[in-house]
Amino acid sequence: MITLAQEGSPLGDSSPAVNITVFAALIVLTLFVTYRASSRSDTSDYFAAGGTFSGAQNGIALSGDFLSAASFLGIAGAIAVHGYDGFLYSIGFLVAWLVNLLLVAERLRNTGRFTMGDVLSFRMRQRPVRAAAAISTLFITIVYMIAQMAGAGDIVALLLNVRSSSGQALVITVVGVVMVLYVLIGGMKGTTWVQIIKAAMLLLSVSLITLFLLGKFGFNLSTLMERAADNNPLGERVLAPGAQYGENAVTKLDFISLSMALVFGVAGLPHVLMRFYTVPNSREARRSVVWATWLMSGFYLCTLVIGFGAAALVGVETIRNAPGEENSAAALLAHEIGGTVLLGVISAVAFATILAVVAGLTLTASASFAHDFYANVVRGGRADPESEVRVARITALVIGGVAIIGGILVNGQNIAFLVGLAFAIAASANLSTLLFTLFWKRFNTTGTLWGMYGGLGSCLLLMLFSPVVSGEPDSIAPSVDFSFFPLSNPGLVSIPISFLCGIIGTFLHRDSADRKDFAEIEVRSLTGIGSRDVVL
Amino acid sequence: MSNTTPPPLRTRHGQRSDKTHASFGGIDKSAARNVGSTGPDFVGIARSAEFSELRSRTKWFALSMTALFLALYAGYVLLAAYAPDFMGEPVFGHVNVGLLLGIGQFVSTLLITTLYVRFAARRIDPEVDRIRDTAAGGQQ
Repeated sequence: MITLAQEGSPLGDSSPAVNITVFAALIVLTLFVTYRASSRSDTSDYFAAGGTFSGAQNGIALSGDFLSAASFLGIAGAIAVHGYDGFLYSIGFLVAWLVNLLLVAERLRNTGRFTMGDVLSFRMRQRPVRAAAAISTLFITIVYMIAQMAGAGDIVALLLNVRSSSGQALVITVVGVVMVLYVLIGGMKGTTWVQIIKAAMLLLSVSLITLFLLGKFGFNLSTLMERAADNNPLGERVLAPGAQYGENAVTKLDFISLSMALVFGVAGLPHVLMRFYTVPNSREARRSVVWATWLMSGFYLCTLVIGFGAAALVGVETIRNAPGEENSAAALLAHEIGGTVLLGVISAVAFATILAVVAGLTLTASASFAHDFYANVVRGGRADPESEVRVARITALVIGGVAIIGGILVNGQNIAFLVGLAFAIAASANLSTLLFTLFWKRFNTTGTLWGMYGGLGSCLLLMLFSPVVSGEPDSIAPSVDFSFFPLSNPGLVSIPISFLCGIIGTFLHRDSADRKDFAEIEVRSLTGIGSRDVVL
Repeated sequence: MSNTTPPPLRTRHGQRSDKTHASFGGIDKSAARNVGSTGPDFVGIARSAEFSELRSRTKWFALSMTALFLALYAGYVLLAAYAPDFMGEPVFGHVNVGLLLGIGQFVSTLLITTLYVRFAARRIDPEVDRIRDTAAGGQQ
């Protein structure tokens, strides 16, 4: 099955009709199960006050939120094609959780209530800071969603064997519209249950495939890697670092830039931060991060085996020629070892993963925009609730639309790489401000705004003038070249800029922070005194 | 006994919120602070000896562990970028130094996680409970 005609389906002789039927049946089943599970629970609201999920449940949901299509499809493809360099994603995505555990999760839980903006504006002037938080949330969400839309399109394009780029654009559009409708009509409720079920399915199928692969190669990782190298045009080079990023000084800097974005991005992702509010107290928040860390370390170890396994069994040429390219590696592997049924299962799991992540992201961004930006800034705090909900729905539509267009534009890029860009924005716009507001007494409103807009602006500008957008054959606009920034991930530059801007802004303005406010955030973030669950 | 009813939530209008909008889960209530209400004496607690001790202990642990894991991660990334030959050195079969160091990042992450959980259970949580009790007593 490795040798196939150029125009044939990479899925061999199984027909697209059968593939898509198995896939659709499984999707419907998944949605039905999540629907039943979420409607049984009366605290299903994502923003449920006094969150009632236990640390373990919330930990599984956290990993569900975090393990998007990028972690599964993207990393598997990156390791299959580029070998060891793809493994950096696994490591960065995991190590990053220590930032949450040690510095952010418990303090955030004790200080805020619903959104990231609650904490950032805690001891600052509310309106401008909330507006900045809503804007950064919007940008992070859109870039993150573009990657998810592209991934969902790739899966369906593979199942239907759609090869032309216009056909794939159509697939992304249809899949994207279905997702946005699902989110708008009913999917916003019960996202915690959706995440729990999806995370369990994802972890289960990934560990079964890993066991199978290891068993096939006599539980010898070395044999598996040898076969992977044999089936890769790059040969043995893929087993050591450098196959993708080792070419010259600039690509090596790009590797370092990516590693920075990955490790500092997680603590700035609004939909992950929001998850710390769905538990009753800070100790449960800590417990949920610990659960998530253990689950994800298992998951990311599996991605290594699955990535090399896809190269070994499917072959890199086949992966590169399949619809969806690198992003299809995991699905092709599933087909290779389990035929149409396993392909359907894995595609359905991947699709449910994307659906759940899209639902969480849309909810986060549209609620934050409607509340923090529209109600507080546009209407000066005088918006009626109906119009606020209407704005939230319109925002969800707009985000979905932009993400679909973006997904079509970036079609063919590895989605782990695209998510890396969302991480760069999150790390640049939010992390510096979040840490300063929790730990630095002098930090003030001006510093907050400088840090957020400075980081966000520099990150977006550098992305615009990077090879991702123009100048390279696989850029969004390959025919023009206005790129002058050589790195494809801007983290190395924009993250330090945001810290620097935060410091400069703070010293520039004399509105020295209120001692009382800092005392309150310090006491509250450490002990929870004054937050909703600790009543004195 | 302490006062059992929490102070009313303030909405952005400064009024009590009594309605949760199903579609967006009451997001409009998110003004988190009870500005102006006579809350706990935060400045007093912040100045107390117990709290200062807790603060410096927690900060010291969290920051030193952060420095440790960032150093390990940075070291790993720099080796991967600038010493690919060292990373490609085979250890057994096709398993090389780079792969073992990569898996080492998993091990160190889980180790630091476990250390922090133990530290928090022994040195943070009991202290937080004591400070909360004192603050509750002082409110009477």
